[in-house]
Amino acid sequence: MSRTRIIRTRDWASPVPPVHREVRSATPETDEGKPPVLFVPGYGHGAWTFAEHWLEHSASRGFAAHAVSLRGHGGSGAAPKATLRAYVHDVVQVAASLPRQAVLVGHGAGALVVTHALARYPARAGVLVAPVLGGWGTLGGALRRNLAGTLPAVFGGRLRLNRRQLFSRELPVATAADYTARLGRATARAQWQLLAHRDPEPPVGNPPLLVLGSPDDRIVSASALTRAAARYAAAPLLFPGMGHDLMLDARWREPIDAILDWLDKDAPTP
Amino acid sequence: MSTSIGLDSSETSATLRSDGRPVYDRGGTVCVIGAGASGLAAIKNLREHGFGVDCYERETSVGGAWNWRHDRSPVYASTHLISSKPSTEFPDFPMPDSWPDYPHHSQLLGYLERYAAHFDLLQYVWFGTEVIRVEPADGNRWDVTTRSTGGYGAERIQRYAAVVIANGHNWSPKIPAYEGLDEFRGQVMHASAYKDTTQLRGKRVLVIGAGNTGCDIAVEAAQQASKAWHSTRRGYWYVPKYVLGRPTDQVNAGLTRLPLGLRQWFAARTLRLTVGDLTRFGLPAPDHKIYETHPIANSQLVYYVGHGGISPVPDVARFRGNTVELTDGRTIDPELVVLATGYLPKFEFLDPSLLGGDPAGRPSLYLNAFPRRHPTLAVAGLLQADSGIFPLVHWQTVAIARRLRLQEAAPDRAAAFSARVDAGAGGRWSSAKVKESTRHWFEISHSDYLRELQTVLDDLETAK
Repeated sequence: MSRTRIIRTRDWASPVPPVHREVRSATPETDEGKPPVLFVPGYGHGAWTFAEHWLEHSASRGFAAHAVSLRGHGGSGAAPKATLRAYVHDVVQVAASLPRQAVLVGHGAGALVVTHALARYPARAGVLVAPVLGGWGTLGGALRRNLAGTLPAVFGGRLRLNRRQLFSRELPVATAADYTARLGRATARAQWQLLAHRDPEPPVGNPPLLVLGSPDDRIVSASALTRAAARYAAAPLLFPGMGHDLMLDARWREPIDAILDWLDKDAPTP
Repeated sequence: MSTSIGLDSSETSATLRSDGRPVYDRGGTVCVIGAGASGLAAIKNLREHGFGVDCYERETSVGGAWNWRHDRSPVYASTHLISSKPSTEFPDFPMPDSWPDYPHHSQLLGYLERYAAHFDLLQYVWFGTEVIRVEPADGNRWDVTTRSTGGYGAERIQRYAAVVIANGHNWSPKIPAYEGLDEFRGQVMHASAYKDTTQLRGKRVLVIGAGNTGCDIAVEAAQQASKAWHSTRRGYWYVPKYVLGRPTDQVNAGLTRLPLGLRQWFAARTLRLTVGDLTRFGLPAPDHKIYETHPIANSQLVYYVGHGGISPVPDVARFRGNTVELTDGRTIDPELVVLATGYLPKFEFLDPSLLGGDPAGRPSLYLNAFPRRHPTLAVAGLLQADSGIFPLVHWQTVAIARRLRLQEAAPDRAAAFSARVDAGAGGRWSSAKVKESTRHWFEISHSDYLRELQTVLDDLETAK
């Protein structure tokens, strides 16, 4: 991990242009003083993926829960030239707009966005769910499992993930097909940056970090999960039998309960 | 002597000092003076480094200079930022995308209030409490005497592991000594008392001073007063807020890696192409290179000079009864004189020698923050920068927090840093030949300053 750079010429000279951002929220009936949680979907996914189950469930457990659609995704404004930097900007903007210091939860490539956002915003805690932190290994794995869907992305086309990569067999086929049909795409530039990007700077404010995923994820291999966890924490929390999209899969309740339990127990209070 | 700085201790057991007065020991807690932008950044970053913090604020709310309800606020109704959002905001708490490039002062106060709420800082601030004395105690610790603002109530002395002074430096007016000023029959006010345009309406107004405030008030006088003169001692560079359709500081930011001379040439060339020849407008030509005085960001001054709304005049020679004599021999007859002549730093609670101050009151600090010989004393925000100040003060307070941590964790490395402070105190963090005047005591180039601060932060990095 590189050091924190305090001269940010690029940010000062060429700030990320503003765009409309979709934020979906669920808030608890009474404020118990718990930190707000901001969910960051992966590439191709929108805020809706968290609105299906996790937002309401988090709210029912006393956490104000929000999910942002990265620009060009879901209900956010179009951004055909968006970069990883712009996605990070979107996350930090929403986090800073919340009334209290937030917990950032990134899923898939959203976890990569979160690792960069953590260097720009002192989150209360960070959670990386089935993190796709990039590198050429990610590409190799994706090509092996889904050559036809992945190859176009190498040449700037759309990455087409199939439902077998994303969900377990427990999820009804129709539901899985519906979810898969709703997926969009990240920009070609951002897809490339997934493979080759600068290492994130260290998280500011030294937040606690949790990594979780499934050993049966067909996008993030078990070894990639272990590597990611070793980088930020001791060991990943594992949920066998689940697909990559843990928040939409049949047993969606288990990982979110684990995250919220961890926040209840380990997230520092100010 | 080493200092023990531990985590927050809420125990306050009174002991008696040698003068017989009780002192309450706050253990490893750090005292922050002031809850303006610098004080809030100090609280947040000290907390992030695990320190307990007591912050004393003489007003009843946060915001310092940016809270125009505060009696020491220099802000007036029309004040806008003169640096654009990206170089002004705290690096870890961006201003909203929906805000304009140059937000209004009320937005900035809202921003500071949100910063305090977001990071839950208010619980560490004692409002309505003034610091009246800061004295060294044994073991690099500090006795801080406080009382209610306005002198009500009893004094209370508490002992702290460290003190961070963040009391601001734009509130104690600097009044120049003009001959005959006391006998002048017109109205004289310092810019600190200027709040809105009604004070200028229909009057013959002389504005003295070409700082950003002086230029802003001259522009308002051009629109409101029956006659507006603007007196400046020398020629300045009037930099428009936009060039090439973009905020000027953003255009400049792309050039910071170029050598200073090249940047000066480029900026002068751009201004020549956009603003043009100032002498054509009757303004004196700048007598120095750009970046050698504090930059003036004002798109409207030259415009109003061109429309006859502002009459540029030279320095004041003397005041006489109802008139003012100028150094070129002319006499004018203003009804209202606004002294936009700046501010002087004031640390009335502190023996000036502790900051290595000279008799004129200029502290001698490393990075404008660290005094010699006192590793547990620091000043935050004592900066006049060619950019927004919040990023600088953020990293400055991170450095202060890391240095205090290092005192405990690695005394050897802390001693090495003290040697660096001794060698560098009083330095200038600007490669330009900055004008020698009180106005430029704390003038820094943000890129030069941040480069040095980056080295310091890397050196001070320690496991938290």
